Amino acid sequence: MSLEVQIEMRLPDYTLSAAFRAGDAPLSILGPSAAGKTMTLRAIAGLERPSRGRVVLNGRILFDSEQRIDIPARHRRVAMLFQHYALFPHMTAAANIVFGLEDLPATERAARLERIVSQTHLDGLQNRYPRELSGGEQQRVALARALVTEPEALLLDEPLSALDTHLRAQIEYELLRTFQLYRGATLMVTHNVAEAYRLGTNLLVLSKGRIAAFGAKQEVFARPASLEVARLTGCKNFSRARAIGPHEIEAIDWACRLQTAQEVPAVTVGGELRAGIRAHHVLFVEPEALSRSAGAAAPENTFPAWLVRTSETPFGVTIYLRLRAAGEAPAETSGDYDLQVEVSQQDWRRIKDRPQPWQVSLPADSVFVMGE
Amino acid sequence: MAVISQDLSPLWISLATSATATLLTMIAGISAAAWRQRRTGLLSPIVDAVFLLPLVLPPTVVGFALLLLFGRNGPLGKLLLRFGATVVFSWPATVIAAAVVSFPLMYLTSRAALDQVDSHFLQAARTLGATEWRIFRRVALPLAWPGVLAGAILSFARAMGEFGATLMVAGNIPGRTETIPIAIYFAVEADDMRAAVRWSVIELGLSFVLLAALYYWTHAASSGRARWAARRGL
Repeated sequence: MSLEVQIEMRLPDYTLSAAFRAGDAPLSILGPSAAGKTMTLRAIAGLERPSRGRVVLNGRILFDSEQRIDIPARHRRVAMLFQHYALFPHMTAAANIVFGLEDLPATERAARLERIVSQTHLDGLQNRYPRELSGGEQQRVALARALVTEPEALLLDEPLSALDTHLRAQIEYELLRTFQLYRGATLMVTHNVAEAYRLGTNLLVLSKGRIAAFGAKQEVFARPASLEVARLTGCKNFSRARAIGPHEIEAIDWACRLQTAQEVPAVTVGGELRAGIRAHHVLFVEPEALSRSAGAAAPENTFPAWLVRTSETPFGVTIYLRLRAAGEAPAETSGDYDLQVEVSQQDWRRIKDRPQPWQVSLPADSVFVMGE
Repeated sequence: MAVISQDLSPLWISLATSATATLLTMIAGISAAAWRQRRTGLLSPIVDAVFLLPLVLPPTVVGFALLLLFGRNGPLGKLLLRFGATVVFSWPATVIAAAVVSFPLMYLTSRAALDQVDSHFLQAARTLGATEWRIFRRVALPLAWPGVLAGAILSFARAMGEFGATLMVAGNIPGRTETIPIAIYFAVEADDMRAAVRWSVIELGLSFVLLAALYYWTHAASSGRARWAARRGL
């Protein structure tokens, strides 16, 4: 299974230009709104015509501007799950599902309907109209309708965004199982970082019509190629930086030196380095650990930090910290902070009454360094 | 008895004419709307203007144009004459006049109704392998149907009230082309006020029923949706 996409498309605000390949492994396309994500899917499905490029699915040319090939959507064998599902409101669930099977003999149609209904757990709902189904059921019908035609590629546009929060986890799990069973290229568009990570094996980050990152999701998250990718994948902490050694930098905004597991990338003259660390990766060092070993075995990159403010979420606390060299307390000021750290409520209770400054560690293997 | 049945003929003629004209106008209006929806060329404003002309022209002008077109020396009249048919001053002429005059209403309402269909439904159908004709028949038209039907009711009402064009092209032949509006005109002309009042009341009643049906149709449909929404607690 392979889908090759290489498209260029003039849009009102920018030119969308994307080239990538997708195989059996589900690909998440992540990006802010209006980054060109949905447009990319629509171009693959044949609902929009790119200005230039090529789309090839399993060796079949769906679109090629040079050879003037543009297979109409109905012959592409590319199924699309729309953001709001687009179930035909005047047809029952069953009629919706078999809509794409009209060329098959009636017996085959009935057999396929029965199979997909049990696969997607829609038994008993066949005669309901879309308006009589819950959001999750509507999505299952839309998925069944798309999969029953045995498409060679499945495109999903923000599949979870139309659902209530309490349904999402369950539906996301169902989607994941569907992805595992489905043989074909799977592309899912989302603006939610966590969803993109959980549902995709590979990750493509789109920003303003350009591919900012593309690769295995772990790789993209651990070593963002640019500030933009780090931001789009949810990183909150950045500092300007200067190289000191192959594995050491000076973080200018944080006023400290950091060891890095990653090799510090070379920068062009006048270029700037940026260091970053995710809010979940900053650690609080137990005071006993420090005093017992008299500093010798203290974790690398440990610095004193003062609390600026906190913000509570239902299950955790976001702590805003200011870093300073030892002994030097920060001036009482504007609420500026250097680091944003996520901890659990439980950890917060443990930390909050300790005397300040607290000791925080920026583990070398969590710090990443990017060229501008 | 003979007097009464002759008396009632304008009603039957009006109903038969309007029903046939509405049927023709529905086919033509829906096709024109669907065709225009797909094509947006440089000429489309001109096409639209032509489609809408019967709405703004005086019916006498429409009737006169039809007379020229279908008359013995008109292009369509000559063509029909070859098959031994004359249209002018016969019942089909009343149908043609009513259909042409009510066409713009049908065209406008069905186009609005088709335009309102969410394009995602059509795109979903496309990715599911359906041909454009099937998408129109199974998705677009059914979803636009309430609007299309409202257009049909309006067209029928307009056809029932048609006078000027009909008189020009079909004349006043009692029992054949004499519709209610024409019967009223000639009753007044002949100083038969009782007949004029009778037919006016009938015309008024029919129009009222049609418009009430239209109102009920469009409102029942939407309040049905509201009831459903209330039940779901939306």
